[in-house]
Amino acid sequence: MKLSAKHATLIVLVALVALAPLVFPSNFFYRVGALIFVNSIAVIGVVILTGYAGQVSLGQAGFAGIGGYACALAPAHLGVPPALSVVLGAVISGLLAFLVGRPILRLKGYYLGVATLGFGILVSMVLNNERELTRGPDGIEVADLGLRGLLKDVGLDLSNGQFWYFFCGLCMIVGAWLALNIHNSPTGRSLRALHDSEVAAGTVGIDVARVKLQAFVISAVYASVSGSLLALQNKFITPDVAGFMHSIEMVTMAVLGGANSVLGAIFGAAILTLLPQVLTVFADYEQMVLGLIMIVVMIFLPRGLLPSIARKLRRTGE
Amino acid sequence: MSAKREKGESLFAVEGLGIQFGGLKAVDNVSFAVKPGEIVSVIGPNGAGKTTLFNMISGVYHPGYGRVSLNGEDVTGLAPNRLAQRGMSRTFQNLQIFQSMSVLENAISGYHLQERGPVLSDLLGLPSSRRRAETAKAEAFEQLRRVGLADAADREAGSLSYGALKRLEIARALGLKPKILLLDEPAAGCNAVETEEIDHLIAEVAGSAVAILLVEHDMKMVMRISNHIVVLDHGEKIAEGDPASVSRNPAVIAAYLGAEAA
Repeated sequence: MKLSAKHATLIVLVALVALAPLVFPSNFFYRVGALIFVNSIAVIGVVILTGYAGQVSLGQAGFAGIGGYACALAPAHLGVPPALSVVLGAVISGLLAFLVGRPILRLKGYYLGVATLGFGILVSMVLNNERELTRGPDGIEVADLGLRGLLKDVGLDLSNGQFWYFFCGLCMIVGAWLALNIHNSPTGRSLRALHDSEVAAGTVGIDVARVKLQAFVISAVYASVSGSLLALQNKFITPDVAGFMHSIEMVTMAVLGGANSVLGAIFGAAILTLLPQVLTVFADYEQMVLGLIMIVVMIFLPRGLLPSIARKLRRTGE
Repeated sequence: MSAKREKGESLFAVEGLGIQFGGLKAVDNVSFAVKPGEIVSVIGPNGAGKTTLFNMISGVYHPGYGRVSLNGEDVTGLAPNRLAQRGMSRTFQNLQIFQSMSVLENAISGYHLQERGPVLSDLLGLPSSRRRAETAKAEAFEQLRRVGLADAADREAGSLSYGALKRLEIARALGLKPKILLLDEPAAGCNAVETEEIDHLIAEVAGSAVAILLVEHDMKMVMRISNHIVVLDHGEKIAEGDPASVSRNPAVIAAYLGAEAA
């Protein structure tokens, strides 16, 4: 039996998440791993929006901010349990994406990029300035998810680092599974169709504006969940999560790894999460080295790292 | 092949259609009708307004004035996806293939209206989602067989020859099970063998009671397969009729050879 690309990707991901701890030099790497997974979730959302549907958003961090602050504010002010706050944040993000995207996505071209840029900055400003609610730039503490305690009660005693590593790993795998499901589904085909030719997509009956909106809402939910997991993991959140640089980072991770491949995007997220740890040697030059890497990749491997490598391997294999 | 025009209800009609770009009337007051199973061609010298007319009919441009009706319904200025829902399908002069997809997936895309369903069921990969996709896939494969591309189903669409891509676009357009099929220069850029293949394909499709509206530069092909020809020049309809009468029409000859020759 031939293994489908979807199952192969999922097996690789499960194996990576499960086996990577065997080679961790220190417990610190559980933390790095969890960060990679959290970033990957947001980047998988970018894969659906940008890689599949060809639409660019520069405000994904705004949704991450909403997801993060939902976990800080809903438990404290509304008494919502932290786990449900993740869902609440995702619903709010999805609704906002729907409202912001609806008028914008009827237009062709780069309007979404510009509008989402504004949206992201707006969320960031609210989080910074509504001090009474968000406590401003200093950040705010976030309630405990409570799941680690529950696991301990049933006899599974994980360290904090281990718990977040495996929990975020699991969430990422679920996120990847959903994105792979949609890729070969009728919805995925309509997304990829409008990426390739919006004109032709219309003539086969695809409601282009509607399909774009679907992709945007889904990607917003991914970003929101990513922000929530970051907040819950750190038990603290600052408005930086909604910052412009964070939005750029998400797009960069997707493009670097390969925007239309789930595995590639996770690869990109891993590299750009790990590099700053490695590049501490360069300290002040970190941004410069990152920029340089991006330029080199874009010139020589425009499809992104993973798809380009896979292509080369297939070529030599033939 | 070019049989007499049969009497009967027209399926598709254009009445007094026109559009103005700035001061220029690109298309002015054009009317004609197409019946099921009939092949109607629109011809004219370069710049006569054929493509503009096509774009108005297919929802790319909103007509300035006039009316387009399909199956008795006024469909003037509807968006392409709304026209698709009402049974209009088209191909493009400069191919609009989904390059990143396989040949089969391009054909499946033609079944979008049939295979689409709730996003949530697609995200979760529910059995209903897979059933929709499988049904469309099976039918799309039949469509590929029909245009002679079944063997290439799993290839990347971009790797096909030009003539094969033209046929792939027709296969995709047929996935909509259209009542009327608009073909924008289906033989452009094709060699003699490819043109003949497309010829047969068009005749076969018309044989299944689909109305066909054709814009084509290849005069031999137009004369061979059309039941009815509409001639445009400077945006206006200057002649209309069966291939034999149109080819003898002095106004048509003048338009093609220049006014002095008439």
